[in-house]
Amino acid sequence: MRASRLLAAAAALSLVLGGTGAGQAKDKDKKADNPAVSFNKNPYPSTYKPYPGQPVLITGATVYDGKGGQIERGQVLLKDGKVAAVAGAMADMAVPANALRIDGTGKYVTPGIIDVHSHLGVYPSPGVQAHSDGNESTDPTTPEVWAEHSVWPHDPGFSRALANGGVTSLQVLPGSANLIGGRSAVLKNVYARTVQGMKFPGAPYGLKMACGENPKRVYGGKGRMPSTRMGNFAVNRMTWIKAQEYRRKRDAGKLESRDLAMETLAGVLDGEIKIQNHCYRADEMALVLDMAREFGYKVSAFHHAVEAYKIGDLLKAGDVCSAVWADWWGFKMESLDAIPENAGILYKAGACVVIHSDDANGIQRLNQEAAKAQGDARRAGIVISDGEVIRWLTLNAAKAIGVDQQTGSLDAGKMGDVVLWNANPLSTYARPEKVWIDGALLYDAQNPKLRPVSDFELGQSGEGDVK
Amino acid sequence: MSALRLTLAALLASAAAPAFADDFAVTNATLAIGDGSAPIQNGTVVVRAGKVVAAGAGVAVPAGVRVIDAQGQWVTPGLVVAVTDLGLRDVEAVDDSNDTEADKSPFSAALDIAAAINPDDLPIQVARAGGVTRSAVAPLDTSGIFAGQGAVIDLGTDPDAVTAARAFQYVELGETGAQKAGGGRVAVQAALRNAFAEARELARRGGGQGADPRVQDAAPERPGDALLNRFDAAALVPVVTGKQPLYAHVERAADIRMALGLKREFPALKLVLVGATEGWMAAKELAAAGVPVLATPLNDLPDRFEQIGATQSNVGRMAAAGVKVSLGAFFDQPRYAPQYAGNLVALAKLPGASGLTWGQALASITSGPAEALGMGDKFGSLKAGRAGDVVIWDGDPLEASSGVVRVFIDGVEQSLSNHQTRLRDRYKVPVEGALPKAYEW
Repeated sequence: MRASRLLAAAAALSLVLGGTGAGQAKDKDKKADNPAVSFNKNPYPSTYKPYPGQPVLITGATVYDGKGGQIERGQVLLKDGKVAAVAGAMADMAVPANALRIDGTGKYVTPGIIDVHSHLGVYPSPGVQAHSDGNESTDPTTPEVWAEHSVWPHDPGFSRALANGGVTSLQVLPGSANLIGGRSAVLKNVYARTVQGMKFPGAPYGLKMACGENPKRVYGGKGRMPSTRMGNFAVNRMTWIKAQEYRRKRDAGKLESRDLAMETLAGVLDGEIKIQNHCYRADEMALVLDMAREFGYKVSAFHHAVEAYKIGDLLKAGDVCSAVWADWWGFKMESLDAIPENAGILYKAGACVVIHSDDANGIQRLNQEAAKAQGDARRAGIVISDGEVIRWLTLNAAKAIGVDQQTGSLDAGKMGDVVLWNANPLSTYARPEKVWIDGALLYDAQNPKLRPVSDFELGQSGEGDVK
Repeated sequence: MSALRLTLAALLASAAAPAFADDFAVTNATLAIGDGSAPIQNGTVVVRAGKVVAAGAGVAVPAGVRVIDAQGQWVTPGLVVAVTDLGLRDVEAVDDSNDTEADKSPFSAALDIAAAINPDDLPIQVARAGGVTRSAVAPLDTSGIFAGQGAVIDLGTDPDAVTAARAFQYVELGETGAQKAGGGRVAVQAALRNAFAEARELARRGGGQGADPRVQDAAPERPGDALLNRFDAAALVPVVTGKQPLYAHVERAADIRMALGLKREFPALKLVLVGATEGWMAAKELAAAGVPVLATPLNDLPDRFEQIGATQSNVGRMAAAGVKVSLGAFFDQPRYAPQYAGNLVALAKLPGASGLTWGQALASITSGPAEALGMGDKFGSLKAGRAGDVVIWDGDPLEASSGVVRVFIDGVEQSLSNHQTRLRDRYKVPVEGALPKAYEW
């Protein structure tokens, strides 16, 4: 698996670079001539560039490093857009002369918050029909659609997530009407004129899949398959069989034309695209894990996963993250067994916990969601440190969407995605005071001009208001 | 207000004395009265015969009263969440279990949700475990602009949930109302005036009287061109005569001003505004009118065109302007009320933002909504004479990580066990033991 991934990655790289040099031309096989194989895998490339930032040294703050650690009276140095160093008070740091020094006494620092499940941009505000771009619900499987082609970069919600939630990166997903809903878009939470200008450089694509009630309701309601949970699985399996066949033909050089849907599914089987699987019930998650084994792919994260607590052992063994709410409950049949201790019991089982929002309001309070889960766990006798809880919104989230090498913790060399909170972020009373993305100060509670205003809001009531 | 109280008293469905009301005192508490004041250390609250008799620092515990030592834990009045669908559904998306929709009924204003309240429903149990003890329940979706008559309930385990049936009428005057009325706000305005005119006409002829104005022997004749059916017209008589409050859902500033203007046209109206996302833009008018507002707490997105000015500072700005504002109508789980209130405390520290003090924030989910319901003398605070609705918390109740330890309603200690706690207990250790999980209960 590993070797094939490496090969695939190398192939992808050469294609991205447009690469058939003179030397290679001699050796080029049939594959390179074949448009079904030698296509650009990155046709809408990220044009995001970090904005300029001054070096920053925060001192005296409580630092949650995103990896589960906590440093009292810590120092955090940002330089050249990166985390340069994190250390205790006594450490000797090489601080550039032009560094902005911020006294963080009584304040808290975390890595930028990451939401792995957002529909910002694809279901933007205002939530009018003309903006409803999140679900291509005309076919039960639409692996051919890409969320980035729906993202409206002027959604006012991006600014709320930044200013109130400290969110610096997010995965925008298609909705869950389809069994296979399409590719995700991983974004830096920085407004741009184009979606390409927001795309997280180097982030892998995710593929949204969905279990349970939604697909069978939507398509069953249209008188077509699937109308049952067994129908859900049958359609999924038939689709994966096709994808396997497509991939075999591809590898044998026998493809004659491109197939957008199959390219995405083959990308999953190649290990390049991460499965993000909406699934509520434990029994269905267990079936999905077997289906993934059957076809040779991996589920990166179950989303919502309200019954994950029933199968923490299986999820741990499968190395699957569960992206959960703290305590959403009871809004549909498959959410009836949700419990507020879900995250805590999963954590105790040693499984990967991520707190997600799936909501333009919830994304503004992921830190509070984590605090609720921590409190409910504590009352159930499961004591989890603040640092470990912060990991649920940072490094674990980064891992679930495949950007943990670039962001999600305060390791030196990682992106300078950092939030300075005016109190412990696990308190309801805390708010982001400053947010840096790639070392650029892009929100400052004390500077109204560093409060982004979307195009939509210009000239309307409340333009530039504190939100 | 006293007329309203009399009406509500007359409407009490069954003010049954609590079955096991116990005299008790909670001592050594971090005590918050719920009236807007700051919490006090070492407080005591005394409850006898289901009612609070005293609360504060230095309150003596009468002889023979059971003492619960809070050991410094937080004690508040039970939470009051206005405009919920508690008791009307088990699972929202399961239509068979959901009584919040009646859009195929020929009736709208006449609908009386009290009869549909199920005190055993799961959301009531979960909300109770979150410290919610009282709620105003409103129907949501009818075929007209009027959503029917709401009820005030308690969340106790006893079968008598309804404190006041037909406690208020609910009307949609914004975007939702426009859809219902035929496609625009002008249609809302015509539908509203016609409905009020028909109700006044009916009242002049002696109709719409009695405890349930819909059901009247020897009901008077009505003009042949009446649009409203008799039931709906009769149900609106108490609204136009000021005997029953009118909860009006409005969001945009212009709609808020329009709603306030109705009071000039129909002076008897007892208005309460619900939602009010752009209330801050009409705060002066709201304060001058003295109309209570049940504001959705943290709207800050222009989710609809009627919410373009949305900001989390809405409540704080209204409060600062002197508006009688409380939290409500968030149609999330009612147990989120403390988290929302706590966020308003956070805003008070944020440059340029407006929030509430801690005491105001707690009042906005206890005594404030109770007063908006006209029942502030019955419950919503720990002042003497109020219902013995007491909650003990394991930390600051407005902190997201805090939780409920014990709940009393009308002086009766409540079970906090529910479907969720039973699942938690079963799956604390997820793997099966000697027998399947189904045998662990």
